[in-house]
Amino acid sequence: MSAAAVHSLWTTAADPMLKIPAPKIEYGQLSPTLIVIGAAVVGVLVEAFVPRRSRYYVQAFLAVVALAAAFAAVVGLAAGGYGTTKAHIAAMGAISVDGPALFLQGVILLTGLVAIFTFAERRLDPEAHGNRVDSFAAQAASVPGSDSEKAAVKAGFTTTEVFPLALFAIGGMLVFPSANDLLTLFIALEVFSLPLYLLCALARRKRLMSQEAAVKYFLLGAFASAFTLFGIALLYGYAGSVSYGKIADVVDGSVQNIDPALADTMGNDALLLIGVAMVAMGLLFKVGAVPFHMWTPDVYQGAPTPVTGFMAAATKVAAFGALLRLLYVVLPGMRWDWRPVMWGIAIITMLGGAIVAITQTDIKRLLAYSSIAHAGFILAGVIATTPDGISSVLFYLGAYSFVTVGAFAVVTLVRDAGGEATHLSKWAGLGRRSPLVAAVFAVFLLAFAGIPLTSGFAGKFAVFKAAAEGGAGALVVIGVISSAIAAFFYIRVIVLMFFSEPKADGPTVAVPSPLTMTTIGVGVAVTVVLGLAPQYFLDLANQASVFVR
Amino acid sequence: MNPVNYLYLAALLFTIGATGVLIRRNAIVVFMCVELMLNACNLAFVAFSRMHGNLDGQIIAFFTMVVAAAEVVVGLAIIVSLFRSRHSASVDDASLMKL
Repeated sequence: MSAAAVHSLWTTAADPMLKIPAPKIEYGQLSPTLIVIGAAVVGVLVEAFVPRRSRYYVQAFLAVVALAAAFAAVVGLAAGGYGTTKAHIAAMGAISVDGPALFLQGVILLTGLVAIFTFAERRLDPEAHGNRVDSFAAQAASVPGSDSEKAAVKAGFTTTEVFPLALFAIGGMLVFPSANDLLTLFIALEVFSLPLYLLCALARRKRLMSQEAAVKYFLLGAFASAFTLFGIALLYGYAGSVSYGKIADVVDGSVQNIDPALADTMGNDALLLIGVAMVAMGLLFKVGAVPFHMWTPDVYQGAPTPVTGFMAAATKVAAFGALLRLLYVVLPGMRWDWRPVMWGIAIITMLGGAIVAITQTDIKRLLAYSSIAHAGFILAGVIATTPDGISSVLFYLGAYSFVTVGAFAVVTLVRDAGGEATHLSKWAGLGRRSPLVAAVFAVFLLAFAGIPLTSGFAGKFAVFKAAAEGGAGALVVIGVISSAIAAFFYIRVIVLMFFSEPKADGPTVAVPSPLTMTTIGVGVAVTVVLGLAPQYFLDLANQASVFVR
Repeated sequence: MNPVNYLYLAALLFTIGATGVLIRRNAIVVFMCVELMLNACNLAFVAFSRMHGNLDGQIIAFFTMVVAAAEVVVGLAIIVSLFRSRHSASVDDASLMKL
């Protein structure tokens, strides 16, 4: 008698297990995110197992390869028609693969790639005890100025964890604009925010300021994401689901059969309005729009400059992508409610950023306020609620992010004995000492100001045109006025660089390795190409401007 | 008991947390208030889940717990490093970058 037969004498088959349907995940279509997150996990293992000497090279190589591969995957998906005809919702309704998502993922990956080059730069700081050092603390856990910090510097430690941290942040940013339910949105928000908080604390020079920036960013960021989460809870209460499509149906009132359990809350507009306001608050915080911008100048100034450049560019792209999807996919049914509020926010953001920037004396703070003003300009395109509005915002984000990364890369080059010389007075006469660096920075400033023949002009023109056609003419007038105010302080920096006498104890301009040169070169190239021949990229943004629902 | 009462409790806890963030000066206490806000969100999720009779809200509560735990790890690391270099965790003392 076989064992099974003996067993069957005193046992009986249980009920068949209840079938739990396995989720169907389209791995191919999610490959950009999966590649980046996978490389980040491998990066953590590299920290654990690879000897300290070779970690830097392995990590930098891994990060660059992963970002390039993920970008290739995005291009492959777009070429395969997932941006247009085959756009659909993947991963059981969690992630949408469509034009705006792929366009913004491409932009985030490319800016991430050039930003990683500035992370890996090791020729700017003078060598410490014969070791080349980058912009990051030798050992983040050691107290600034302590013996343990000196020992870490002497031993040649470097914080190579910045590469996996940046990859985790980029992974979250890739999901953020493509999230198709509020839970995914929240998780992506945290996945990209937490590594950024840490990266802010890791500066090699001026470590107290860096730690202070990290604490401010962390506390305010956690506060804002708690608001987002409560807003999500209220929207869930209103619609009985966190999926964008279902919430949109409930908002539109086009639900077929109403669940009796939902009847109470679905009629409750208070839940909807407060919920939307709180979720939008969290997104506007990440964007840096005026009442929620207080963190921006301090964090931009205190964070290591390569991190600032990365954060300023990529976070803005991801957050505007998520804001667009929320407003255009979930809430078109209540645009008469959110448009007036966004009008107000856009106006105070444009004017506030531009006016306060005039009084700044630190180049990083100046660029921070300029980024606030730019958030206002982009919001003007968001308000348009037309297809042109979407495509102009996509184009603006692409143009703006490369200018930002390039500008902050130039800031890393101008140095004195204490590290980067960020005070504006030290930049006086820079054009006479090193005309090339000053000229490159002038190109970036002109692009920020929106002077014709730069990408900034093409972007601003597209955004303002879309806003005017979308019935926001008054907003365009205010936008142009604040552009003029903003142009004043950009031009002032250019005048300072080229038309004033260099000081005797002025800063020196470090000669970077090909890494930073690539970043700056790509920034200049994109700025000029998008300024001279924007049509191809405008068409691309136009094709990519249809959300899937 | 009517689950709506739990929503009122959640709103109350959230408000207490938000007020605490705004008025307390110790970074650790501010951070605890943020955690209180996240837990208020959890309570709201679970109460709504009960009202609607679907499980989405309860599952989201688990995600929130994991996020809160990750936030504690990152946040305490940053706050402790600030405390060690300044011997103070007051958010008012951290003012190197005032205009």
